[in-house]
Amino acid sequence: MQLRKNLFAGTVGIIVVGAIIGVLASLLQKLGNPGNMGICVACFDRDIAGALGLHRADVVQYLRPEIIGFILGSFVSALLFREFKPRAGSAPLARFILGMCAMIGALVFLGCPWRVILRLAGGDGNALFGLLGLITGIGIGVVFFKQGYSLGRTGKQTYGLGLLMPLIALGLLVLRIVFDQIPGDPKSGVLFYSVKGPGSQHAALFISLGIGLLVGVLAQRSRFCTMGAIRDMILFRQTHLMLGFLTLFIFALLANLYFGQFHPGFVNQPVAHTQSFWNFSGMLVAGLAFALAGGCPGRQLFMSGEGDGDAAIFVLGMIVGAAFAHNWGLASSPAGIGPHGMAAVIVCLLVCLFIGITNTKK
Amino acid sequence: MSEVVDARGLSCPQPVLLTLSKLSELNDGECAVLVDNEVSLENVSRAATNKGWTVQTVTEGIDEYKILLKK
Repeated sequence: MQLRKNLFAGTVGIIVVGAIIGVLASLLQKLGNPGNMGICVACFDRDIAGALGLHRADVVQYLRPEIIGFILGSFVSALLFREFKPRAGSAPLARFILGMCAMIGALVFLGCPWRVILRLAGGDGNALFGLLGLITGIGIGVVFFKQGYSLGRTGKQTYGLGLLMPLIALGLLVLRIVFDQIPGDPKSGVLFYSVKGPGSQHAALFISLGIGLLVGVLAQRSRFCTMGAIRDMILFRQTHLMLGFLTLFIFALLANLYFGQFHPGFVNQPVAHTQSFWNFSGMLVAGLAFALAGGCPGRQLFMSGEGDGDAAIFVLGMIVGAAFAHNWGLASSPAGIGPHGMAAVIVCLLVCLFIGITNTKK
Repeated sequence: MSEVVDARGLSCPQPVLLTLSKLSELNDGECAVLVDNEVSLENVSRAATNKGWTVQTVTEGIDEYKILLKK
């Protein structure tokens, strides 16, 4: 049987998707999201952990509708295009731990690969060190893959198991709607809200949700992956995903210039610190963890919407990792790295290397 | 048809890695690649085409695809 043609899987498709995401991310900042954080999967997962009370850092608590939209948008797209395939069983514990490590590394840098791009597009020079760290971490991951690294095969699951993550997203959306924010109040029902700091800065609920849904659909169709973009360049010299990565940067930059959101420099950048070595190291750990788990944090969300239970486990690992990062002082702040940030980077790097080495054939 | 790469159940980038490894070993001829999702189907087809191979046929089975590559 001939293939159903997927327009978004081609060169034009990935470029268009990168451009749309770049503009939407910049627009979200204009509409209320924190600076250079129109979309940041790690930050938003961390905010969700805070909203649920898994950590109590009161400046980063908000149940971000974009994340819900990513999962549900991908889910709807996968259903429509007959790509909803419940699957799981490929080293779930390793994936959970990789998710934790990825999040802890990302929070030392203060952003995921998506935010690396957006911080650069906003003129934040510190993100250059994050980008170098990301490339290095993914490069180490590529070495493992070349040596035969694998977390093993996934297996088919029941339809109901595939629905679990979309249902979790739906449940979170219900909570967000039922327990809407009360202005000036740090709690509404079971949910925590920030009244100051990045967690208090957000676009309106249905704008965030709508954009999240649209990005979820587009990314599911195009297989958009920021980690994969760098990995495929190093591993196969393939530029396909990199075109999306670069277009996201260019269009976010252009939109930032248009909205007056481009402020080049290193100091006083929004939700960023200037400790270059730790910006580099944090993203090195995150990049390695994303590479070993087979997708950037956005891609993991999109795959979880397609019924991939292993990706869902990774996402849950990220949320738990965020809780540890803030409860234990591992996460950075604009003042610099947390009191135990250095130890966290070293331990997480060792954990990732352990998983890499012990799952490599050669 | 003796050359078959079974990439079912493997996540990115392993289907492409296994396929490219087999194709470089073969140099030319025919090779079938089994995958179980559209993403791997697209990635394997794109990578093989970039290496000068042609996607002869794609056969859709129950929860899997068989990609026949030729050079």
